[in-house]
Amino acid sequence: MHCVGYLASKARLSASDSLMASSTKSSSKSSAKSAKSSKNGKSGAAGLDESGVAGKTDHLDLYRQMFLIRQFELACGENYSKGLIRGFLHLYIGQEATGVGAISTLREDDYVVSHYRDHGHALARGVDVNRSMAELFGRATGTSKGKGGSMHLFDVAKRFMGGHAIVAGQLPLAAGLALAQQYKKTDGLTMCFFGDGSTNQGLYHEVMNLAAVWKLPVLFILENNMYGIGSPIETVRAGGIDFYPGMATYGIPAVEVDGMDVLAVKEATEIAVARIRKGDGPQFIEAKTFRFVGHSVADGQKYRGQEEVNEWEERDPVSTFPKKLIEMGLATSDQIDEIKAEVDEAIAKAVEFAVSSPEPDLSEIHNDVLAP
Amino acid sequence: MTEIVLREALKRGLEEALENDPTVFMMGEDIGGYGGAYAVTDGFLKKFGPERIKDTPISEQAFVGAGIGAAAAGLRPIVEFMSISFSLVAFDQIVNMAANLRYMSGGQISVPMVIRAPTGAGVQLGATHSQSFETWLAEVPGMKVVCPSNPYDALGLMRSAIKDNNPVLVAEPALLYGLKGEVPDEYYEIEIGKADVTRNGSDVTLVSYGYGMGPVNEAADKLAERGVSAEVIDLRSLSPLDMDAVIASTQKTNRAVVVDTARRTGGIMTEVAAELQQRAAEWLDGPVMRVGSVDVPWPYNRGLEQEVLTNADDVLKAVAEGFGI
Repeated sequence: MHCVGYLASKARLSASDSLMASSTKSSSKSSAKSAKSSKNGKSGAAGLDESGVAGKTDHLDLYRQMFLIRQFELACGENYSKGLIRGFLHLYIGQEATGVGAISTLREDDYVVSHYRDHGHALARGVDVNRSMAELFGRATGTSKGKGGSMHLFDVAKRFMGGHAIVAGQLPLAAGLALAQQYKKTDGLTMCFFGDGSTNQGLYHEVMNLAAVWKLPVLFILENNMYGIGSPIETVRAGGIDFYPGMATYGIPAVEVDGMDVLAVKEATEIAVARIRKGDGPQFIEAKTFRFVGHSVADGQKYRGQEEVNEWEERDPVSTFPKKLIEMGLATSDQIDEIKAEVDEAIAKAVEFAVSSPEPDLSEIHNDVLAP
Repeated sequence: MTEIVLREALKRGLEEALENDPTVFMMGEDIGGYGGAYAVTDGFLKKFGPERIKDTPISEQAFVGAGIGAAAAGLRPIVEFMSISFSLVAFDQIVNMAANLRYMSGGQISVPMVIRAPTGAGVQLGATHSQSFETWLAEVPGMKVVCPSNPYDALGLMRSAIKDNNPVLVAEPALLYGLKGEVPDEYYEIEIGKADVTRNGSDVTLVSYGYGMGPVNEAADKLAERGVSAEVIDLRSLSPLDMDAVIASTQKTNRAVVVDTARRTGGIMTEVAAELQQRAAEWLDGPVMRVGSVDVPWPYNRGLEQEVLTNADDVLKAVAEGFGI
């Protein structure tokens, strides 16, 4: 269990209250230090002990969601191989803790905006697993009636506003949703996920500036999985692999968390969410995470070695978190097994639902182009 | 009836929407304190305040995208480009997001947003500020494109655009902001997607829109002087495109000239001409004649620019070449 993010983020959050430029600089140093110490196993389970926020049920629910996403993704991969899912398929395997931890802090009236690796965010937001699977199968019962596909999941009732497949294209959408929340004088917020690759789009900088200038209630969550498709960050970005210090430029409070630690992500997000609801404007969380699989199912991963993948897999939240819960006496192995069985059944049902759902009628081609 | 200039007509449409609908707000570069590049929003900041008249950074992608998000959340944003040429940097947001969102969400999201943009050449702004990209956006499903040619249409179309539940581009011919025209005092709207037959005739149909209506009307006057009766159609809306009106007129006159002040190749009139020859072939006494500005980047020099820009003589020449009249 790594609690780098939790401990370090607390320090950084308070530091960022004062002078942004200098505090982020020093915080980046402290992050490196705490990262080391956690590798030595020093920080232990502080996230669990100190949080006092999540009860036992919450912990199990976080696990259930992560496992649901993992099994959903594995089922997607399997059905892609069978040719039942087509197009591009980007799996969230390895990154579950980030999406689950972050989204678990939200209210129903908050918005969630995602990128093309969106299944995990949709499921964490409570989008129906059957309809999500059916969308990937291109069926009429899918969330977008089969017109969106893997990269374009939407469920407005859940305020899950997509699934967006132009890199960084979803950032201004999130800013606009947040603008509407501000305009309507609510204390709702918009949570926006994006990857490290999107930070090299000009739009990223435009939106950070706009959000800061207008003090928009938006929480930016950078899922830094170290690769933009097949390019390691350090080969395409000047300034190293840390993005959060750059937020000082915009005066946006920014922290780094261990994206493999669901409680660390949850803690950091709770703090950021509270600040946004208070009217403090945009906040930024950089979750260091890793996808254990290729960029898409078509990716042979020639650009990285298995050793690196193995190293990250040792920190797999889906396997480490339940172990930690059992160790800490916060769950029993029976409870974990029960969840696994429930999830496996739900996924089997979702696949069955998708397979047995009808293809969209050809008359659907002309529907939903323009609003009445 | 009151005589006002086109700028005033647009302003009236915007102002009454801001007064009557609290979900309407505006965003754009220097629309507030500065009053707008063409002074359409002059005085708005004082009247409606900074929450509803939002000056933006020079970040077209970001503020158009923010408009899309605000619209998706139920507001009715009106965003302004200083020039339609600047829309290019926001094309991804307009096309991939504003226009596609409804379809790819299976109808869950609508984007009731108005995009306003001065369009067209003729004021010596050179290649980057003189283009007419409403013709490009007219091809994109999921959005509407209108372009008024006079104050009456400007007000009627603006009212409809703001009430529409889709992204609507209102292309405002930059050369026509000062054009005077009669506008009724009582409320009216102009339906988006319906062309206007502005002049009845029997010998030839002249089709255009926006700034192109000037050269077309001038040509129609000159044709009348020599006994040729031209029917004139103002498309008003490039998308949806009212081909039925164009075809009905052509069935009457058996001759058609389509006139664009945008570049000749690939513009909306290419589409009109193609549809006409396919759907009205048996009524045509000759080829569908096409007039457009010269296919070069817009030059700065006045003489060069005027030579490139479509004018009444170009229209008359096409009528003579195509039909010998």
